[in-house]
Amino acid sequence: MPGPDETRSYPGARLPDRTYRVSSSGVGLAVNEWGDPDAPLLGLVHGGFDFSRTFDVFAPMLADAGWRVAAWDARGHGDSDHADLYSWASDVRDHLAVVEALTERPMALLGHSRGGGQLLDLLDARPTIARAFVNLDGLPSPFSAPDVPDHERRRMRRDDLTASLDRRRRRNQLQRRPDTIEGLAARRATMNPRLGRAWLEYLVTVGARRDEDGWRWKIDPVLHLGGFGPWRPQWSLDHLAALDLPFLGVLAGATDDPMGWKSRPEDVAPFLPPEGDLELLDDVGHFVHIEQPRLIADLVLDFLEPYR
Amino acid sequence: MSRTTTFVGGGRLRLALHRLAGGEGRPLLLLHGLGERAPTDRPSWTVAWPGPVLALDFTGHGASDVPAGGGYTPENLMADVDEVLAVEGACTIVGRGLGAWVGLLVAGARPTLVQGVVLADGSGLAGGGPHPPTPYVELLDDEAGSSPDPYALQELSRDVRPPDYALDFVRFVLDGSSRPHPIVVSARNRPEWLRAVTEAVDVLQLPLRDAVAHFVR
Repeated sequence: MPGPDETRSYPGARLPDRTYRVSSSGVGLAVNEWGDPDAPLLGLVHGGFDFSRTFDVFAPMLADAGWRVAAWDARGHGDSDHADLYSWASDVRDHLAVVEALTERPMALLGHSRGGGQLLDLLDARPTIARAFVNLDGLPSPFSAPDVPDHERRRMRRDDLTASLDRRRRRNQLQRRPDTIEGLAARRATMNPRLGRAWLEYLVTVGARRDEDGWRWKIDPVLHLGGFGPWRPQWSLDHLAALDLPFLGVLAGATDDPMGWKSRPEDVAPFLPPEGDLELLDDVGHFVHIEQPRLIADLVLDFLEPYR
Repeated sequence: MSRTTTFVGGGRLRLALHRLAGGEGRPLLLLHGLGERAPTDRPSWTVAWPGPVLALDFTGHGASDVPAGGGYTPENLMADVDEVLAVEGACTIVGRGLGAWVGLLVAGARPTLVQGVVLADGSGLAGGGPHPPTPYVELLDDEAGSSPDPYALQELSRDVRPPDYALDFVRFVLDGSSRPHPIVVSARNRPEWLRAVTEAVDVLQLPLRDAVAHFVR
């Protein structure tokens, strides 16, 4: 058991009511649930470098409003297995594995950031698994991408390539750097400058593990922010345009957050599906459901009410 | 000589590296096509090569390990080849089909270690094409460990290969290589990415046997 200095509480944060694992072709995925197991089902998909327990405040709000809320960790993240290989397509397939394990009936789905982008792919291919879809700041747009000259873009891609291959050569030696709870929270703050330190310290206690030499994030050390490949934001917008189900997109409007795609409503609106709606939150950062959990929960609950 | 096999990688997955011919000097490294495996014998078009002839089984193919749950990308296979470069040092690469695409990627990523790359016909040359293919997500009833891995076949026949992405790698090769004409196209089939590569300045087109001879010099 952790000592008294090794736990943190946070207002409104609640442990999951149920925790179990689902296998996606042999990769074990950790699933957390809040709420009445007989209530209508709502699945939450976290973003890149996050994990399902980042929903510890947001999910209980949805559960208390009468939903069975299930959130799962992507492979390599949180309490899910570290995998041999990682890709966008395998993450998308893992989401399908969890959905199929949860129910045979259409369910409501919500994705944040990369999780929202991956659900766009999944729901374009498999619209019948969902009855409604909420995307929290996971709508990439080519129009808001930084204006980088070709030679600079190539240099960045080459640097990413070299770094990635060097990391793969050292993958057996890679470890996340150990630290105190406060130290890990301070490091995470560079990625999440708009989130309070008390929340970040709470996150450490549910997203990191206590080793003999300190706390380490559970995420697979092979994974890293950024990356390379031929992916284009327009491909996600094409999936959005093809969606055949009720859709709510939420865009974060704050410009001082280093995370997120910074898509503007006028970039995304032309691609909204017929049953789609878009909300811009002017002064909220990329982690909309963490910065403003009550506001976002109410928005989501209002949108989902007809689709229980 | 009869084929001998060692395993490289040292990571979570072991990769089978086959030695098809001995000799001194820089190795010629053969990369197979999608769903294939390394040849058992030295191909006849390598006869001019004076050094060792090696052939790699990609992850999920041949005698290499099969990962749980897929996750294949050409970029992940590029890292397979990089594991060989870490052990063998500089190599010249001949890639067939999927191996041609992976060969171009790794030549761009490690332009001083890949001393020339030949892009040849074979299975998986086109991938998923220049634009995303029809949306499709399927959980396969795969038998653990079967090779070639059904997830490899599924994922590596759907990866997107935009011509401008290929040209970035051509530029990396040409900027970083000390060899004249470090890219040679032997393939007669030309999906869009390969057509763009072929039309790039300083890229040669030669029959496979001549392409191998070009890099002997």
